[in-house]
Amino acid sequence: MNELHKEKIEVNNLNFYYGEVKALKDINFHIHGNKVTALIGPSGCGKSTFLRILNRMNELIEDARVEGEVLINGQNIYRSDVDVVELRKKVGMIFQKSNPFPKSIFENVAYGLRVGGFSTDKKFLEERVERSLNQAALWDEVKERLYESAFGLSGGQQQRLCIARSLAIEPDILLMDEPASALDPISTAKIEELIIELKKNYTIVIVTHNLQQASRISDYTAFFYLGELIEYAKTTKIFTNPGKKQTEDYVTGRFG
Amino acid sequence: MKNLIKKGEIFIWLTGLGLGISLVMISGLMFLIVSNSTDYFYPAEVTKVQKKDNTMLLGQIFDEQFVPDASLPDSLSSTDVERYQFKIGNRDIYGYDFVWADEREIASMTIPEEAIVIERTEYGNFYGFITAIQIYGKNKFNTKQEIDKIFFHILDKISDVRNQLDKLEKGKIGEINYYIEQARLEIEQLTFHNKKNLKVVQTKIDKLQDEIDSYQLEYEEVLSKTDSLRSYAANYKLVVNTVDGTSVEIPFLNIIRIYKPNGMNLFSKSGFIISKIWEFVSSDPRESNTEGGVLPAIFGTIMLVVLMSVAVVPFGVIAALYLREYAKQGVMVRFVRIAVNNLAGVPSIVFGVFGLGFFIYFVGGTIDQLFYPEKLPTPTYGTGGILWASLTLALLTLPVVIVATEESLASIPRGIREASIALGATKWQTIRRIVLPSAAPGILTGIILSMARAAGEVAPLMITGVVKLAPNLPIDGYFPFFHLDRKFMHLGFHIYDVGFQSPNVEAALPMVYMTTLLLIVIVILLNLTAMITRARLRKKYQTSTF
Repeated sequence: MNELHKEKIEVNNLNFYYGEVKALKDINFHIHGNKVTALIGPSGCGKSTFLRILNRMNELIEDARVEGEVLINGQNIYRSDVDVVELRKKVGMIFQKSNPFPKSIFENVAYGLRVGGFSTDKKFLEERVERSLNQAALWDEVKERLYESAFGLSGGQQQRLCIARSLAIEPDILLMDEPASALDPISTAKIEELIIELKKNYTIVIVTHNLQQASRISDYTAFFYLGELIEYAKTTKIFTNPGKKQTEDYVTGRFG
Repeated sequence: MKNLIKKGEIFIWLTGLGLGISLVMISGLMFLIVSNSTDYFYPAEVTKVQKKDNTMLLGQIFDEQFVPDASLPDSLSSTDVERYQFKIGNRDIYGYDFVWADEREIASMTIPEEAIVIERTEYGNFYGFITAIQIYGKNKFNTKQEIDKIFFHILDKISDVRNQLDKLEKGKIGEINYYIEQARLEIEQLTFHNKKNLKVVQTKIDKLQDEIDSYQLEYEEVLSKTDSLRSYAANYKLVVNTVDGTSVEIPFLNIIRIYKPNGMNLFSKSGFIISKIWEFVSSDPRESNTEGGVLPAIFGTIMLVVLMSVAVVPFGVIAALYLREYAKQGVMVRFVRIAVNNLAGVPSIVFGVFGLGFFIYFVGGTIDQLFYPEKLPTPTYGTGGILWASLTLALLTLPVVIVATEESLASIPRGIREASIALGATKWQTIRRIVLPSAAPGILTGIILSMARAAGEVAPLMITGVVKLAPNLPIDGYFPFFHLDRKFMHLGFHIYDVGFQSPNVEAALPMVYMTTLLLIVIVILLNLTAMITRARLRKKYQTSTF
């Protein structure tokens, strides 16, 4: 593995404001490449906000303001000359609620390719779609009905379709915002397997409320509380021997 | 009681009552329109009335009423007498179409088998009996058998002549007129643009003038042909008697339809109704719109609504897109939104006045000055026409489309927009590929509402180009095929015109109801098309069920 890529994302002195409200306070840490990093913490602690900062989705909200720097592959993504569209192609995002487009399964996966100025050659599209669906462990279930509406899929399948859709444009990093919180246990297990599988090729940052899930699938865990990063360490350490009292209270279920 | 209020049952009853009342009102309206309009097609029996004063009437019963008997003393005046309204036709003889008679005057009423009704090209219907057929001034075929034998033969022959006349008058003469008009305009254009130096174009003008002359000759030729056809047909006449014995000669050429309603069975009656309905929707109006069909009005209404939609949809959708997706939501946008909503409440005649002032006088006048200066002071676009009328209606319905589009844009879930943006799509790509297709059913709802509103508007049209009788449809076979500067007919205005501006209001009454029914049917059909499209789109772009 390339030494440079070890620290895929570096966050320095990050502050974030919603209007007057300071939502994130002086965050400093780095996320390792080809690992799964889980962000945990009680509701409203700023973990989802932090996730959205990594591909500048926070900019869709009016009055939002970022201070400090976020480096991805050594480049500050908040510099004025960064093309946000290019950034989002490199940093894919999966949302809590699966949100397929009102199109066919094929068109859902091909969407990123079509809008991103990739080749629209039919053969190329078909190859990419098949590969992405395979990576998302969905191909076998949908190959017979690629041209039917994506809404015909089950909840778990829809979420995997959303993952396939992100994979189609070959990002470096996948951001996941509670991707399994609305799914049943079987679908959740499938998504978790998939995440572990995907980490070979992608750097994954996942927000989760499910502590067992965090401990099952992540290599590193960051605990956020009231807009601050309380503790960041290897997952085993966080769950067995946390360094801070607040972390211990949270992971042992004393609050949150 | 308190408990009832608490449970809300009273309010449920009230809502049910409200629904019931509106249903009754709607079905009552439809029943009124349908029942009255069917009179227009139904071949009612012709009644012969023998009055006590030995005069006679022949006509179709049009209305029956019970009125208090004025001749009796007050104590008995509650005993009503029945009176009948007869359509007796024969306007050329009596001077009026309708007459009332009450039961005390009537000695007997019979239904004579042989009574005929003739629909004529002028003077309305004739009611009477056939006595003979006159050919070249001589009465022939005086017996019933002889008449029956030859009658339809002559009718066919004359309707042949009528077709030929139609072809010549509408086709050939129209064409010649068009070419003469074209050449004349060219001459005007040449003289206008070369005022100082007429000599340069003089040869061209002379050539055009020669063309006009040759067309003129052709025109004379066609005219003499039609004249000879007419005078030939005029030799065939039907001799008929009115019920009181007056003899009338009706040229076969003037007969549009002739029938014996008293001798009709169910089968021939339905045939008659079908042929009447077909005439109604497929032919031009006659007798200052009280007879014949309404084809030009149907055409005008549909074309108006289609043009209106073509104009209003892009503007409305673009405006709504800007307001909802791009504009910074603040005081200004709120103000604009309030203004748009209020625009929907402005009386339509105000829009008409605006259309007249802005579209016709300002825009149309400018177009005339720039592109048709040689025709001035005769306006081309500077006068009412279907283009300006539809643009005025588009303005009128713009708020409906904007509001509906905004609503449907707002209902697109945030999730799929974010998903699109997270995949590297720009805002515009997201709107074009995801948001607009998903919002299409809602946008179509707006279009449906605006079409329904536009098809029913009359007031703004009256000052922007609707007319009682338009000789030419806005579409024809001559370049540029769409003549958007032309005036047009409209079903809504037709109702007003026939019902309230007609010289023969009573005769036109069934026509009014029939036109109303047709207008409603057309609005329903237009809406249905849009609804089917919407249902298809909804199915295609249904939002996530998960």
